[in-house]
Amino acid sequence: MKITELVPPDMAVVEADGISMEISLALVEDVSVGDYVIVHTGFALEALDIGEAEKTLEMLRDISKSDE
Amino acid sequence: MMHRLISDVILRYSGSSGHNELDDAAELHIEGNSIAFSTDTFVVKPVFFPGGDIGSLAVSGTVNDILMKGARPAFLSLSLVLEEGFPLEDLERILESIRQTSAKANVEIVTGDTKVVGRGEADSIFINTAGIGTILPGVHVSGSNARPGDAVIVSGTVGRHGIAVMSERGGLNLKGGISSDAAPLNEAVLPLLDRFKGAVHTLRDPTRGGAATTLNEIARSSDVGITVEESAIPVDEADNAVCELLGFEPLYLPCEGRFLAFVEPSTAGEIIKFLREESGCREAAIIGEVTKTAAGVVQMRTLSGGSRILDMPSGELLPRIC
Amino acid sequence: MNGNILKKLREPELIRRLCDRLSKLDVPEKVKIMEVCGTHTMAIHRMGLPPLLPPHIRLLSGPGCPVCVTPGSYLDTAFEMAGEYGITLVTFGDMMRVPGSKDTLSLLRSRGYAVEVVYSPMAALELALENPGRDFVFLAVGFETTAPAVAATVIAARRKNAGNFSILCSHKLVIPALEVLVDDPEAAVDGFMLPGHVSAVLGSEPYRFIPDKYSRACVITGFEPYDIVHGIFMLLAQIESGEFSVEIQYSRGVRPQGNERARECMFEVFTPVDTVWRGFGTIPGSGLAVADDFAGFDAGVRYPVKTEPFPEPEGCRCGEVLRGIIEPPDCPLFEAVCAPGNPVGPCMVSSEGTCAAFYRYSRSFDTR
Repeated sequence: MKITELVPPDMAVVEADGISMEISLALVEDVSVGDYVIVHTGFALEALDIGEAEKTLEMLRDISKSDE
Repeated sequence: MMHRLISDVILRYSGSSGHNELDDAAELHIEGNSIAFSTDTFVVKPVFFPGGDIGSLAVSGTVNDILMKGARPAFLSLSLVLEEGFPLEDLERILESIRQTSAKANVEIVTGDTKVVGRGEADSIFINTAGIGTILPGVHVSGSNARPGDAVIVSGTVGRHGIAVMSERGGLNLKGGISSDAAPLNEAVLPLLDRFKGAVHTLRDPTRGGAATTLNEIARSSDVGITVEESAIPVDEADNAVCELLGFEPLYLPCEGRFLAFVEPSTAGEIIKFLREESGCREAAIIGEVTKTAAGVVQMRTLSGGSRILDMPSGELLPRIC
Repeated sequence: MNGNILKKLREPELIRRLCDRLSKLDVPEKVKIMEVCGTHTMAIHRMGLPPLLPPHIRLLSGPGCPVCVTPGSYLDTAFEMAGEYGITLVTFGDMMRVPGSKDTLSLLRSRGYAVEVVYSPMAALELALENPGRDFVFLAVGFETTAPAVAATVIAARRKNAGNFSILCSHKLVIPALEVLVDDPEAAVDGFMLPGHVSAVLGSEPYRFIPDKYSRACVITGFEPYDIVHGIFMLLAQIESGEFSVEIQYSRGVRPQGNERARECMFEVFTPVDTVWRGFGTIPGSGLAVADDFAGFDAGVRYPVKTEPFPEPEGCRCGEVLRGIIEPPDCPLFEAVCAPGNPVGPCMVSSEGTCAAFYRYSRSFDTR
């Protein structure tokens, strides 16, 4: 989910597909508005690396090409 | 467990005049008139939720049950059980909601009852509504009427009501495009039946247990198999996001303003067009078909091209959702 | 713009093509892959993957379902506490139907006991803060994905002086269970699909012993359908090449070094202890207990109760299922006696349990 607002000291508002909620940032460091995070039981567990997501997409597109 | 409570215990005590089809409403014949009769009690918590409240739900719920029997809802009874101390302004808000929903449904509340019990003896407010209507001529819809080859149609996005209620629980404070779909279906169903009559074999609104449960019930009642396509099932994006967060599936969450229709396959295309263009059901879709094989089982072809069984939900359904 | 990548990854056309490629793979010899985590088991069945797998690939479910491996005595303890001390039990939803020796939380609630379902341990703390006149015990169950969140909640509880809040801790650690599994000659799997979110916390290092010492394939995998198929391709590639390592498929969420802050938080509040896993018995150093420093938040210390030893149900073969030795249909109780509406053992109780997932999504049926 995407961070849309920081709520000091350690909370943030996250959003996905039109829904939003407040979560705790107690378990992550150096995240800012606009970053994506993995959300689990009301906490951000880790930041999502969009660059790596792009690489995954490339790899999957390669794999899915038929070799006919 | 609720199913077994009803079938193993309660039905044993009810009269045996053949009205045990377990459809949403009973079909009665009184002096030559075919009448649908239904009742429901509403215990939803919280009482006010995004898109509705226990009042709008109480009217829509019973009105829709009558409609699902192919009948035009005419009259409702309204019974309230209030916990002492229930705020008057909340009661007035609910009553206004009942008034507005009844007007939309074109039904009149003609009789009722109100009781107040001590604090702690009932949670806030419980509402019972019962309704009657006359079955449209040339129409015979029933859960046991689905036939192999029938197209399975849903009138709109699924799971909305369940998600709206669940989003208010568990301390999540979700905000966003979540809203119950609770609404009377008369403006869609009556013209549909009027136009397509006997081509509509089954109508059911997927309430407790969601569309998956309703499909299973019909598969068993009609002794047929049902196959649905995951890619064809309309789900609101925001609802999907909530389901992922909470670990639910939209197909298993109640709708209170949608219906499933099992129809003659040759009419399916026309019916979809009719629903989308003339009945305000913009997301109506053909989601599957009835098969001869695997009777009693509902299967789904998934987005990835695989398949899985859409089973009856087991154990506890979500409490106090309608 | 960034969110677009995540949307593109989810496009149905992509997963359809990936699954098509997978189903046409020529896998020359039998391959056994264990998906460790209950969330993977569920995801695999929900996406309808089993019918698509090429004939020689077998997917086995492992013990990564915290509800499945929580001993029944834990629930008995919670029920005793509720009965004796009048506390409110607060829990994740998937614990509601787990049977203790006599009851479930769901049944307890229907008999008037105070039981609340929450989606976050913080919500449990909030309940306590909003209701100072009542005592609340949060049922802390889960692996390293959840334990840091519970730890952070306990730290917050101390900061806010929530004297009426405590936890009944039954957290478990994945690595010790994997050590037992991979060492078991009966449970011979060729590769492990490792849990994505646990690994976001742990990183890839702690799993190194699996390829290094036991020559098995390891791929840390995400939970989307495309992640799972990708993970299977990567595992097959390792197995085919004979070169084993811990690879990270879920690279957008998992760093090799993991999340140090989450681990620090976890070990500030908890210490590793020996603990019982349903189906495995005691595994050394495999659980977490509340550290002495936080004893005030340990429900086990605040509300001592006596519980009877928990009898394992007769005929139940969950232990072998959890270790990937047999599959659900191999258990004589499966379907005939043990089903989601009437679960005998833990693998059927949890919605993520191997037997529950198999029963609900994949069991064969007679065509009539």
